Amino acid sequence: MMLTKRVIPCLDVAAGRVVRGVKFSADKDAGDPIELARRYNTEGADELVFYDITASHEGRGLFMGLLEDCARELFIPLCVGGGLATVDDLYGVLRAGADKTSINSAAVRTPDLIDQGARRFGSQCIVLSIDAKKTVEDDGRNWWQVYVNGGRKATGIDAVAWAREGVDRGAGELVLNSIDADGTREGYDLDLLSTVTGLVEVPVVASGGAGTLDHFTDAFSIGHAHAVLAASVFHYGVFSVPEVKRHLATHGLPVRL
Amino acid sequence: MSTADAIAIIDYGAGNLRSVVHAVVHAGLNAIVTDDASVIRRAPGVILPGVGAAADTMENLVSRNLTGVIGEVISAGKPFLGVCMGMQALFTVSEEGGSHACLDILGGTVRRFAPGLSIPHMGWNQVRQVRSHPIFDGIADGTHFYFVHSFHVDATDPKIVIGDTTYGPTFPSVIASGSLVATQFHPEKSATGGLRLYANFGRIVRGELGHGTVRQADTVGVA
Repeated sequence: MMLTKRVIPCLDVAAGRVVRGVKFSADKDAGDPIELARRYNTEGADELVFYDITASHEGRGLFMGLLEDCARELFIPLCVGGGLATVDDLYGVLRAGADKTSINSAAVRTPDLIDQGARRFGSQCIVLSIDAKKTVEDDGRNWWQVYVNGGRKATGIDAVAWAREGVDRGAGELVLNSIDADGTREGYDLDLLSTVTGLVEVPVVASGGAGTLDHFTDAFSIGHAHAVLAASVFHYGVFSVPEVKRHLATHGLPVRL
Repeated sequence: MSTADAIAIIDYGAGNLRSVVHAVVHAGLNAIVTDDASVIRRAPGVILPGVGAAADTMENLVSRNLTGVIGEVISAGKPFLGVCMGMQALFTVSEEGGSHACLDILGGTVRRFAPGLSIPHMGWNQVRQVRSHPIFDGIADGTHFYFVHSFHVDATDPKIVIGDTTYGPTFPSVIASGSLVATQFHPEKSATGGLRLYANFGRIVRGELGHGTVRQADTVGVA
């Protein structure tokens, strides 16, 4: 008996539709969120992430309605992110049916949001999502820099240090999104993953870059991730969730089939 | 169905109430969310859900005057289901955030997982059915359920443990005592296995499954 490795489809939602992002810009329609959510639920997804990438007020209302509809019929964990900036925002999506909240830019601007959220709802509800991009200095030094606002704005913050701080403040899980790898299907950033997983005790979710079945295996075997998140490869049927799980199982990784 | 046969889901401000309601309804049960002791007393079955911290949970139960009625309905033999924090709260004391007295309906301590493991224990893990119980009806031994917790129960009486799970050490993941059942995992987030567990609880409430439940003829409805 073992805790299984989780496979998590991510639905980036804009104006009521799932969209596909390449290096953090939404470019293609990938389907109806409820239809996709149902499909993943049936296929044995271990969890779903809904990410609201619309900023508009109407988009927000549409998104909350969608979340409520999904929560009514999906009996697997739902994590919700996108534009959550205050404890009230977190409360809103939790009441609408989310089990976890994913916070990103707002936590960088106001780190205390992590502490407040964890105090009010418990650490298990607070997922710190970090958008990181490898930055090479003139002297050749490499580091991962935190970006905010959907990967558009550099912050000068070291992503590994931020991961540590986020956990110290009460985040119960980390999602590491590699901006370099996002949408490229060239594999997860395994260096970033193994650096962070070696540093924190909370579960770490690999995000951005899955393109082959071995990429998923590598995220666990080499990156020591606890879960893998992917979007377009699932939405477009490149792989199904069971296919990924069976592949993991043949490599000796525990999965829920 | 009328509200007379509705299972009472205790509302003390826990965040995941709606998930529990959806799952209970989906499993074909009638439910009412309430913090009213008289409604809880009249219901044919009671669910104590929960996520979050032990101290907050106890504080909320105390401030809403719910600790007495919980003890009362359990000793009266009403079918009762505790979920996650709603399981931990039934024990003597929790070491979460210091040391907090809990409801002490069951003897035992709630302890943090030992260092060296990823905490929280978050994800799908298997439940080994160590004793047979109607709550497991139609659920295969070793079925995966969804867990999210950093603390686990250490029960004084090993006989109340009907299911266990291994994460580092093996810990009680389902306990049963009389008409009381409690799970450390979240059945409402555990896909078909979890829905079956709620359906089984409904059948226990209606007297269709097993024993250990004292039916109260005036409150048990037929769905």
